[in-house]
Amino acid sequence: MDKVFSRPRSIKDTLMHYCPGCTHGIVHRLIAEAVEDMGLEDTTIGIAPVGCAVFAYNYLDFDFIQAAHGRAPAVATGVKRVLPEHTVFTYQGDGDLAAIGTAEIVHAAMRGENITVIFVNNAIYGMTGGQMAPTTLVGQRSTTCQKGREAKVSGYPIRVSEMLSQLDGACYIERVACDTPAHVRAAGKAIRKAFSAQVEERGFSMVEVVATCSTNWGMNPQEALVWLKENMLPAYPLGVYKSWKDAGS
Amino acid sequence: MADVTLAVGNEAIAEAAIRAGCRYFFGYPITPQNELPEYMSKRLPEVGGVFVQAESEVAAINMVFGASAAGGRVMTSSSSPGVSLKQEGISYMVGAELPCVIVNMMRAGPGLGGIQPAQSDYYQATRGGGHGDYRCLVYAPASVQEMVDLTGLSFQKADEYRNPVIILGDGMLGQMMEPVQFPEMVQGPFPEKPWATTGRKGGPQRVVTSINLQPDELYQHNLKLQAKYDDMKNRETRSEVWGPRDAEIYVVAYGTMARICQAAVGRAREEGIPCGLVRPITLWPFPDKILEGLPCARAFLAVEMSMGQMVDDVRLAVCGKAPVHFFGRAGGVVPKPGEILEEIRKVARSLEGGGLDG
Ligand SMILES: Cc1ncc(C[n+]2csc(CCOP(=O)(O)OP(=O)(O)O)c2C)c(N)n1
Repeated sequence: MDKVFSRPRSIKDTLMHYCPGCTHGIVHRLIAEAVEDMGLEDTTIGIAPVGCAVFAYNYLDFDFIQAAHGRAPAVATGVKRVLPEHTVFTYQGDGDLAAIGTAEIVHAAMRGENITVIFVNNAIYGMTGGQMAPTTLVGQRSTTCQKGREAKVSGYPIRVSEMLSQLDGACYIERVACDTPAHVRAAGKAIRKAFSAQVEERGFSMVEVVATCSTNWGMNPQEALVWLKENMLPAYPLGVYKSWKDAGS
Repeated sequence: MADVTLAVGNEAIAEAAIRAGCRYFFGYPITPQNELPEYMSKRLPEVGGVFVQAESEVAAINMVFGASAAGGRVMTSSSSPGVSLKQEGISYMVGAELPCVIVNMMRAGPGLGGIQPAQSDYYQATRGGGHGDYRCLVYAPASVQEMVDLTGLSFQKADEYRNPVIILGDGMLGQMMEPVQFPEMVQGPFPEKPWATTGRKGGPQRVVTSINLQPDELYQHNLKLQAKYDDMKNRETRSEVWGPRDAEIYVVAYGTMARICQAAVGRAREEGIPCGLVRPITLWPFPDKILEGLPCARAFLAVEMSMGQMVDDVRLAVCGKAPVHFFGRAGGVVPKPGEILEEIRKVARSLEGGGLDG
C-alpha cells in the first residue's frame, strides 16, 4: 500500500513539550515540510525565540541558534551576512516580535534583510503564564489585564502584517491561520512562498500565523479554535499584505 | 618590516582588526568612537567584508551574535552608554560560547554623561556587566601601537577561548594620533569552528544556545566556563612594571591614565622618591601576582579616571600587606601629572611618618 502521510524527516521523533491544543506543533510541521520540499534542509538555519518555542530545535532538525528575547531578526541578520547563500528564518511569538523586539523586526524589514520570519500570533504571552501581549484584543482577558484589555490603559492591538507591509524592504507578507484544515494548507503554501522569496533573493518575507493558546486563554482546544475564528480573525484579517508581484520593482 | 604610519587610535583598531581577519562589523554611532565604524564602512567592502549600521547597540551585538554563530570573525565597537545596551548580548555570547571582539572607548558617566574620556566602566567590563556570573578577557591598551597589537591578539584569544574579548580604551586613546606599525594582513588559516551553525550539510544538527533548564547541567556548564576563566588567569595575565623592582611606592594605573602617571612617577624619582609604576594590560584577569611580587613595596597608589574602581582589585591583590591609596577624577576631567606628583609626595610623607592612612 502507498504511504500517503508520514512525519516529515526534519521533525524529530520525540515528544513535544507544547500543551495539548497548541498550534506551535502545526506550524513546526509546516516549516519542516516547506524546507524539505524545497530541498533546503542542509542549508537552512533557524533562529529560535524566547517564548514557548524556545526549544524549537528539539523538534526541527536544522542547524539552530537560540536568540535573546526579541532579537532574532538581528541574530538572523548576522547569520545571513556571513552566509548569504543559506536560508535563514526566525520563529517568533507576538511578545517576542511585537513587544520587546519591535525595533529589530521593523529594521530587518526596512533593510530588506533577505530572511524569512515565521510570526506566531496567539495574542498572549504563553511561556510566562498568560500575560497581555501587544496583540491581545481589546476586551480580551489576561493575567495582567484581568478584566479585559482596556484601550485607555494599554492601547490597541498591533497589526504587524499591515504595519510591516508599509516598508519598502518587505517583499512578501501574508497572514494565515491554523484553525481549519483549509487554513493550515494555505499556511503551508504561504510559508513555501516566503522561503522561495528568500531563495530568489527578493528581500524580507514574513508569514504571520494566527494561532491559539488554549491553556492561557482558559479554554479547551476546541473552544479555542472557535474563539480564534470569532474574535481573532475579524481583528487580524487573513490575506496577502504584500507580494513582490505588486511591490512595483 | 611594515612601514611606520601615523594613525588615529580608533582607525588604527579598525585597520588592525581587518588585518587580523575580521570581515564583519556591526555598530551604532556614538562619540568618541565614530571613526572606527566609519573606517570599517569604507574598508570592509574593499576586502570582501560586511559593514552594517544597526538600529541600536542592542541590535548590533545581536548581529555580532549571529555572525559569530555562523562562524564569522566579527567585531563591534561603542562607548559607555552603548556598551550598557550591549550587555544583554555579551551575556548571551558568553553563555553560548561565541567569540567576538568588543571595543569600548569609554566616556564619562553615569547616564548620558559627557563625551570626554573616563575610566568609569571598569566594573562593568571586569565584573561581567551583564547578568549571570561571567567573565571576559579585558585588554587596556595605552598607546595607538598597543591598540593595534592587542586587537590582533584579541581576535586570537576570542577564538581560542570561545569567549568575547573586550578592548577597554577611552576617548583620549581613540582620538589620539601616533606613529604605528601595522602587521601584515593575516590570511588564515583560522581555527576550525566545528560548532558553528553553517547548515547541516548532511551532518548532524548543530545548535548554538545559552538556555539550559536543568540546574545540574547548567551548573556543569558554569563549571566548564569557570575552568576557562581559571585558564585565562593562569595564561593571559599581562602587565608592565615601569621603573626599578625595588621601589617602595607603586602607582597603579592603566590606559591613558598610566601614561600620565608615567610622567608623574618620573618627576617623583627625580625628587628622590623611590617610586615605580605598575600598568595592568589585562584588567581581567587582573595582574595581582605582579603586585604581590614587588619585594620592597610599602605603599600603593591607584590612579584612575573614575571615583575608584580598579583600586578594589589593587586592594585585593595587596591583601592588607601595604596601604593602598587612591586618587581619581571623574566626569571627563583628566588628572594632570602635577596633581598625581602631589599625591605621590603625600604617600611618601605618610611612609616617613610611619602612618598607615590607607
Ligand atoms: C529580556 C527578557 N524579558 C522577559 C523574558 C521572559 N519571557 C519569556 S517568554 C516571554 C513571552 C513570550 O511570549 P510570546 O513571544 O508571545 O511567545 P509564546 O510563549 O506565546 O509562544 C517572556 C516575557 C525573557 N526571557 N527575557
